[in-house]
Amino acid sequence: MAHAPLNDADLRATVIATLQSIAPEVEPELLRDSRPLRLQVDLDSMDWLNFLIGLSERLKVAIPESDYGQLVTLQDLMDYLKARLG
Amino acid sequence: MSEFRLPSLGADMDAGTLLQWLVQPGDTVHKGQVIAVVDTAKAAIDIEIWQDGTVQTLQVQPGEKVPVGTVLATLRAPGEAAGAAPPPQAAQLAPVPPATARAPSAASAPSAVSGAAGGATQGPSPPPQPTFAAGPPPLPAHPAAPSGLRLRVSPAARRQAEALGLDLHGVAGSGPGGAITLTDVARAAASALASASPAGPAASATVPVAEPTPGTPATDRQTEIRRAIASAMSRSKREIPHYYLLETIPMARAQQWLAQANAGRPITARLLMAALQLKAVALALKRYPELNGFFIDGQFQPASAAHIGLAISLRQGGLIAPALHNVDQLPLDALMPALADLVQRTRAGSLRRTEMVDASITVTNLGDQGVESVLGVIHPPQVALVGFGRITQRPWVDAAGGLCVMPVVTASLAADHRVSDGHRGGLFLAELREQLQHPEEL
Repeated sequence: MAHAPLNDADLRATVIATLQSIAPEVEPELLRDSRPLRLQVDLDSMDWLNFLIGLSERLKVAIPESDYGQLVTLQDLMDYLKARLG
Repeated sequence: MSEFRLPSLGADMDAGTLLQWLVQPGDTVHKGQVIAVVDTAKAAIDIEIWQDGTVQTLQVQPGEKVPVGTVLATLRAPGEAAGAAPPPQAAQLAPVPPATARAPSAASAPSAVSGAAGGATQGPSPPPQPTFAAGPPPLPAHPAAPSGLRLRVSPAARRQAEALGLDLHGVAGSGPGGAITLTDVARAAASALASASPAGPAASATVPVAEPTPGTPATDRQTEIRRAIASAMSRSKREIPHYYLLETIPMARAQQWLAQANAGRPITARLLMAALQLKAVALALKRYPELNGFFIDGQFQPASAAHIGLAISLRQGGLIAPALHNVDQLPLDALMPALADLVQRTRAGSLRRTEMVDASITVTNLGDQGVESVLGVIHPPQVALVGFGRITQRPWVDAAGGLCVMPVVTASLAADHRVSDGHRGGLFLAELREQLQHPEEL
């Protein structure tokens, strides 16, 4: 998985699947990529940590805590992960 | 010969449904051993036995709902002859006449239901449960939950699945509400073995796309949780004269310490501020024992340790506040995984009995996305609740009189005026503030 180049759609699908493992009620089509994710999905600090753990494990990407501040919207998250995967 | 009764399951629960026996007649049991799993309004709960002995008879069948205090099993003390047995009426797990035959005895069961922690709002014993179809050992009545959903799993089943390396997402639950029981795990493990796939647990491959639990059970649980909260909170507001205090606590040191600590950790070992706050509460409580304990029969009984109830919101609505044990004694590196595990199991509906009844104070944390402050409702028979709001940036005057920007959190105390007074409550919050200025000592 780590070596297969992920296109945007695959990456989004992975992010959404990880999100749904934490918050099963999420309906992907209702998520706005450019709005703060945690205003759209009810994630407490434990959920958020588990979400990032899930992403780092699925994508084999390290996400230092100092980067959390950049990860506000779904788009931020995908841009960040793409840069890290590239 | 002694009787093993359904123990209290918390202030707001007066009955439970036996999900599963983990022992058979003739088994030797030891004090502290989990011998049954009981379903309540809130979760599937492991029930421990509190003496050594040998199981003589099992008096309640899986699927039966019985009031607290009902005899579940009879036991012989170590060395006691088997002869002195009562008629072995329900000695085996084999199918027995359905629950209707037992309903009268359930109704007339010992009415010591409203004991210390019992819901005083209820009558002495709840009305008979007319039918709770006991019948033969349950078959997989519910389709397996789709992968990704939070699963309801009994603690014993979860441990067994972990030991077997079994992915529970493909396993159909036969317990009430679709809960996965030990029997289901054994069945799934057997079928995984049978298919002998070298690619790992086969169970996960067979996930039908279906409702996680059909029909009413989930809704029933929702209703029951709502009712349990209503009962406990109404009792609290009726009986407990609350007083409330607030304190603004600077959090720069705690944040800096946490950022440094986490920078050197893999993501799976990182700490949350919530863990620091819990530990700070536990340490501050040591000097203010009148906030940590129970008000029972007109008297305050201090708790021997800081078993902190964590208010955990459920994604489908409602709230459970199970106990995290001995928080004052846990280093942060042990507290954090214990916290994560408790949250995960609470949301999966799988808790231990002690977690339901031991909490001696509650902490509610409305978190980094929530509101700035919270004034809580005490969970009887506890006598205090500590609340944390969101950490926010505020203008602040430092010790030298200079103005700066400071991250702060509003900590609140709701306490029982029958047991403590505002002066001591204020000193407790001051101590809590001090604890959070020295995060390296937490």
